[in-house]
Amino acid sequence: MRDLWPLALVLLAALALPFVVAGMDLAYVVGIATRIMIYALAGISLNLILGYGGMVSFGHAAFFGTGAYVVGILSTHATYGEPLTTWPFEVGGTEQALIAWPLAMLAAGLLALVIGALSLRTAGLYFIMITLAFAQMIFFFFVSLQAYGGEDGLSLFARSQAGPLDLGDDRQFYYLVLALLALVLFLKSRLIEARFGRVLQGIRDNERRMRALGYPTYRYKLVAFVISGALAGLAGALIANQTEFVSPAFLDWPRSGDFIVIVVLGGMGRLYGPLAGAALFLLLEEVLAAWTEHWMIILGPILVLLVLYARGGVWDLIAGRLSRRKAGADG
Amino acid sequence: MTKGLLGTRRLLGLAAAAALLAAPASAAEPVKIGMITTLSGGGSALGIDVRDGFQLALDEEGGMLGGHKVELVVEDDGRKPDKAKEIADRMVARDKVQIMTGIIWSNLAIAVVPKVTKDGVFYVSPNAGPSLLAGKGCHRNYFNVAWQNDNLHEAMGKHVKDQGFEKLYILAPNYPAGKDALSGFKRFYGDDVIGEVYTKLGQKDYAAEIAALRDAKPDAVFFFLPGGMGISFLKQYSQAGLMNDVPVFGPAFSFDQTILGAVGDAALGVVNSSQWNKDIDNAANKAFVESFQKAYGRLPSLYASQGYDAARLIASALKAVGGDLSKADAFRAALKAAEFDSVRGSFKFGANHHPVQDIYVREVVKEGDLLTNKIIGKAFTDHADAYAGDCKM
Amino acid sequence: MLLLIEQVLNGLQLGVTLFLLAAGLTLVLGIMNLVNLAHGSLYMVGAFICASVAGATGSFLLGLVVALPATALVGMAVELVVLRRLYARDHLDQVLATFGLILFFNELVRILWGPRALFLDGPSWLSGTVEILPGIPYPAFRLAIIVLGLAVALFLAWLTTRTRLGMLIRAGASNREMVSALGVDVRWLYTLVFGIGAMLAALAGVMAGPIYAVEVGMGESILILTFVVIVIGGIGSIRGAFVGSLLVGVVDTLGRAFLPGLLKLFLMPATADGVGASLASMAIYILMAAVLIWRPRGLFPAHA
Repeated sequence: MRDLWPLALVLLAALALPFVVAGMDLAYVVGIATRIMIYALAGISLNLILGYGGMVSFGHAAFFGTGAYVVGILSTHATYGEPLTTWPFEVGGTEQALIAWPLAMLAAGLLALVIGALSLRTAGLYFIMITLAFAQMIFFFFVSLQAYGGEDGLSLFARSQAGPLDLGDDRQFYYLVLALLALVLFLKSRLIEARFGRVLQGIRDNERRMRALGYPTYRYKLVAFVISGALAGLAGALIANQTEFVSPAFLDWPRSGDFIVIVVLGGMGRLYGPLAGAALFLLLEEVLAAWTEHWMIILGPILVLLVLYARGGVWDLIAGRLSRRKAGADG
Repeated sequence: MTKGLLGTRRLLGLAAAAALLAAPASAAEPVKIGMITTLSGGGSALGIDVRDGFQLALDEEGGMLGGHKVELVVEDDGRKPDKAKEIADRMVARDKVQIMTGIIWSNLAIAVVPKVTKDGVFYVSPNAGPSLLAGKGCHRNYFNVAWQNDNLHEAMGKHVKDQGFEKLYILAPNYPAGKDALSGFKRFYGDDVIGEVYTKLGQKDYAAEIAALRDAKPDAVFFFLPGGMGISFLKQYSQAGLMNDVPVFGPAFSFDQTILGAVGDAALGVVNSSQWNKDIDNAANKAFVESFQKAYGRLPSLYASQGYDAARLIASALKAVGGDLSKADAFRAALKAAEFDSVRGSFKFGANHHPVQDIYVREVVKEGDLLTNKIIGKAFTDHADAYAGDCKM
Repeated sequence: MLLLIEQVLNGLQLGVTLFLLAAGLTLVLGIMNLVNLAHGSLYMVGAFICASVAGATGSFLLGLVVALPATALVGMAVELVVLRRLYARDHLDQVLATFGLILFFNELVRILWGPRALFLDGPSWLSGTVEILPGIPYPAFRLAIIVLGLAVALFLAWLTTRTRLGMLIRAGASNREMVSALGVDVRWLYTLVFGIGAMLAALAGVMAGPIYAVEVGMGESILILTFVVIVIGGIGSIRGAFVGSLLVGVVDTLGRAFLPGLLKLFLMPATADGVGASLASMAIYILMAAVLIWRPRGLFPAHA
């Protein structure tokens, strides 16, 4: 618990950020920070199964993209006033965040249920590849989905509506994302402390033993997979709002790779790891790209070095400095 | 170390303050132009050529366009829509760019253009021309100096029809630009084709399609397969021994200077459509081809010509308003008037701010060891796009 | 009927091309237990080296002769510097580090050779067509690929089961200590095996060069296909890789060739074209998912 104070500091800084930058003509920073938080959310969702459950999903972009598309499609129908379906009863589109976002989570969660139920029969490298295969299927599905722009993607007319909030305002959107991120982090910290989380980590460390103890490990893993998919869907719903645009590029396999990088960079199975990972990854890209168009030739070796020499991720590098004892205990 | 950093920051601060102080005093504040384009990963050859073409126009005037100092901010979008969007937001908010350009891909343009034009920024497209932005989604601040995506396919449809081919086999990737390409082709050829095939995006092996094609016994083939897809298709088509029996036709994308070197002799003699070629006979084009080669040591591509024209168009409009972009209406009118010497010769904008231009028919020839194109005819004179009617500006 | 035979042949040929790439990958995967995403980068490096040499000298064969050992050296250097530190790590670390290597190699190739695709053509004596069935001329170069692929399959079978090196390799995979006790430095053995894998990747790149585009990033899309192949066949099994390659090649080709036509029987033509093309793009992924659901460790699990 001693390492809570740097977190409080980070939270404070995050709360103050829009006001600080507003005075410095740096309002665009709010947008970058929002994007970082959204990627962190996607990372957190992947971390649940990857870091705590030991399931390396190489197709998490499928859930992310599906969430984005649900928001995009509903919003398009609302804009043009065309019903989504007329049978068995008429269902129209919506721009209401309170409807569209939970639906995005539901759709991504359902997809995760199907993909997870089939994929979890395999393990190890087979699991990595089968999740990739399913994600590719979804990718090609959206590429050829002519009605919603296919590869060209879908431009949103406006961001979702959320009660008294004006999400079109970057600052208000930023605070909403920050609040959601905090909420998810809080819920996840409870989840992994709860019996469910302990069982999940037990399965990660030794599945055979947990099975021998009588735990239905398959079911535990599947539930974690579905929760993770739904959370990725939420992140997708947010990115659709952030960019006011959705396209299959959100589901392409390098995107799944980015998510893994974010999780591992930040530190697998560290609650706040994906935050550090997302910030580092996106800022690194930003800084390197501003420096040279050949930025990938630097980013690549950095990844290799991090894997070789910083196994616990950046979070451990930071937190480890601050409270070495704790990092040693759960590392 | 820390001291040094602080020192630098203070210096920067001073410079910024000086700039702020100087700003009202001189009217020659540089015009800021933001270029978002693809400089890394797949397809970067296109972005690099657009940038180099644009830069050339800038360099020719000693860092100015239309007699006004220009500050060009170039950023790499990596072909990711959300990244392009973020760069655009930042360019508007931080760099205060007043003009934007550079995007290569339609999906990135759809992600970026509606938002920035709404914010009062002028966008001059040097390549991407999706139907949405030419029709329903057109905007008074959006100008496309290259084409509407369908233009070259339409030209090929007309040419093939004029040549009297009757049994056409047409193929394109299964994505919107592919569907648009084939419907653009059919708009002028007619709906009566003997085979219409959609391939996988990014596909490399076309043996199955080529076998089916041979079985259908067409008298000509039209294909739209941009980038590496087209290179693979042409090589395999030639290896299958079909090149002499069934002629292929395509838009310039697969026969451009960026690609011909990789296709090799398989492309020799293939007829394709383009709005530009290096042998179009006018002074502006001659000068452009020569100075591009001098500056970069390679032949300019179609994309380079489009980047160059984008810069020259902006230059003409900047000149008209004396570099003062606060006169937005005058600047818009000047862009619309398009009074610059295009390397394409005659050029003007239609009502939807898309080109009304000639589309040529070219043939791939060899000049020494180098494959390039030669104009052999004209498919359209003053051709406008099919979506202008949907545009309510 | 003739068309069907031709399409099956096309499928087999695509499969053999995939096998050239899959063989090296599954060798490394099976023996060192290393997931090497950068295998596609070696494929690209091989094609680029061959294209430059062939471009400068006009000889495809010379390009081939230079590209194979050069790429093997590149591969061994990568093994020495990076990959040998990853053998003891889990697959995730390997995926991540080799993902980093992909970025590095793509950019390196782009800096060295520029962003434009390169030209590479086969030797002139393989440029024509051969009439294998009446009325069906088949490109000679594609036939050469089939022959070469079969030769590589036989060579690998011989190498792993009949030679001392193969014996050491198999022993090293299951029991490092024992091989070390025999006085063999396992680390150098692994470097050597990786070199062979890299050489196979280069061979695949060189053979693919004349039919596909030689461009930056050419390794990625085909790498995914290759992984599909290996997973279907069973990780680490050469036999599995061979069967998996042919299966993927045939399913992909037949899907593209016949699905849209098949769907036209009971759908509107325009819809059938779209749906058929989409389904064809997904066909191999559906195949892979189906195989794994049926047999979670692939068709030929290497370790019984």
